[in-house]
Amino acid sequence: MGRITLEKVTKSFGNVEVIPPLDLTIEEGEFTVFVGPSGCGKSTLLRLIAGLEDVSSGAISIDDQNATELPPAKRGLAMVFQSYALYPHMSVRKNIAFPLKMIKMDQAEIDRRVEGAASVLNLTDYLDRRPGQLSGGQRQRVAIGRAIVREPSAFLFDEPLSNLDAALRVGMRLEISELHERLKTTMIYVTHDQVEAMTMADKIVVLRAGHIEQVGSPLELYHRPRNKFVAGFIGSPTMNLIEGAEAAKYGAATIGIRPEHIDISETETKWKGVVGVSEHLGSDTFLHVHETGLTEMMTVRVTGDVNLKHGDTVHLSPREDLIHKFDAQGLRVD
Amino acid sequence: MARQVTSKRKALNTVLAWGIGLLIFFPILWTILTSFKTEAQAINDPPIFLFFDWTLENYQVVQERSNYGRFLWNSVIIAGGSTLLGTAIAIPAAWSMAFVPSKRTKDILLWMLSTKMLPAVGVLYPIYLLFIRMGILDTRVGLVVVIMLINLPIIIWMLYTYFKEIPGEILEAARMDGASLKEEVLYVLTPMAVPGIASTILLNIILAWNEAFWTLNLTAAKAAPLTSFIASYSSPEGLFYAKLSAASTMAIAPILILGWFSQKQLVRGLTFGAVK
Repeated sequence: MGRITLEKVTKSFGNVEVIPPLDLTIEEGEFTVFVGPSGCGKSTLLRLIAGLEDVSSGAISIDDQNATELPPAKRGLAMVFQSYALYPHMSVRKNIAFPLKMIKMDQAEIDRRVEGAASVLNLTDYLDRRPGQLSGGQRQRVAIGRAIVREPSAFLFDEPLSNLDAALRVGMRLEISELHERLKTTMIYVTHDQVEAMTMADKIVVLRAGHIEQVGSPLELYHRPRNKFVAGFIGSPTMNLIEGAEAAKYGAATIGIRPEHIDISETETKWKGVVGVSEHLGSDTFLHVHETGLTEMMTVRVTGDVNLKHGDTVHLSPREDLIHKFDAQGLRVD
Repeated sequence: MARQVTSKRKALNTVLAWGIGLLIFFPILWTILTSFKTEAQAINDPPIFLFFDWTLENYQVVQERSNYGRFLWNSVIIAGGSTLLGTAIAIPAAWSMAFVPSKRTKDILLWMLSTKMLPAVGVLYPIYLLFIRMGILDTRVGLVVVIMLINLPIIIWMLYTYFKEIPGEILEAARMDGASLKEEVLYVLTPMAVPGIASTILLNIILAWNEAFWTLNLTAAKAAPLTSFIASYSSPEGLFYAKLSAASTMAIAPILILGWFSQKQLVRGLTFGAVK
């Protein structure tokens, strides 16, 4: 249960086409992440799947049933919203029970399921509180609880962690991944945070202006980005992209090298530059190198700490086998 | 030093606010005071403020001469009925305008408001004729309908403003959770909008209670509410200021008491959305 197929789906708001014809299959049990810069259409795509927006053309099927015309409630999907969208006038218990009440489930079964969800999500002590009396993380857990009690065929998450602080976000990320491990239900997760995408996804869908730029596993995207956009979007800090004469030496219009694939040395090597800001994270150091003559600024990631100051000259050697090559259209060349 | 200036200004503001408040309230206070005077004292020159022989005589006379209870009952039916009917129509209307707006929603809202700009007397003749044709002249049903229509734009506007404050995602969540449109409105939207709906209802009861133009023109005896009751004491040939005041006091007392007890709700409702 939970295979979702999109066939030639388009969406326009007035004269503006936000989703050009798009095909996508999400396999049963898969954790799929839609990622892209803001305004790329990822949330719209999720809302089309949810049924909260109607497609302009094309078809959506869920478990091989055509769901294009079905209202949200009939699609068997559950959604967790960015703002949590809890019912402020209901207790946590009633919030979680709401979808079950809507299908007129037997009260004893509702109680059993609500208690079950609450214990899984550590909400048992808060069942009689109102959402307004809970912290952000607890509210998010209530929203997840409300989604899991109905045992949907797929979960849809619309940037669920963006309202949480950094520490909580990491914790909730793990909880959601853990939940996926246990339930094995299809999950579609929208985020603009590529770290979330990389850490959680089985499959990442990179979107730009409604187009799918690439679909693949996190490591596929990292190691073999299909084009310059994906190369620049996936990975943190972002890939260094070099154009011009240096790229031409490799027979490409642009070459890309990730910060972690550049080594530094004190002796003369292929490239050199002047150290600008260096960010010391303890485990790693990010050096921002200027005056390389290749690109305005290059980022180099060095494991551990290095003793380089602002203004020091540094020699850089890229690992040749890890250089990505792109043609004039920005597409990968092998 | 700075603190002194602030407290001086604060005192000045307090005095000013009380002054303006009393000025606005003065006609009502004067009416109430006059209702306890004799007719002679009521027209005394110079006017007597507090030191007169307090009497309940006017209230007795008014009670004997007219059936206050019947007018009161008509007012309750007309104000209550028109407000409830109006609210029942306005909730779905405001819902659709707030949550599924079309290109014309703003125009419709303005058009509805524009009907309030037309002087009522401009449509008196056609409405009067319609009432005769339909046989609803001087009936409570007729008045409920006409007062409801008069206040409907205000009810819709107020509810629309409250509904706009409710995040759309919560309604979408209800839809995802399997709520039908009816369930969405009943279990999610309405409970969340209760403060707004309550103050809309209150304000409209007050407006309908005090509405005089239509109630005076479309009623004679059977359906006449308290506005007609007051009017029946403003006789051009006699001096009945004290009795008129007694009648007025009796007519406004119920709504004044209602307003007094619900003032917190009213103020919250009226400033809802303005202060966030």
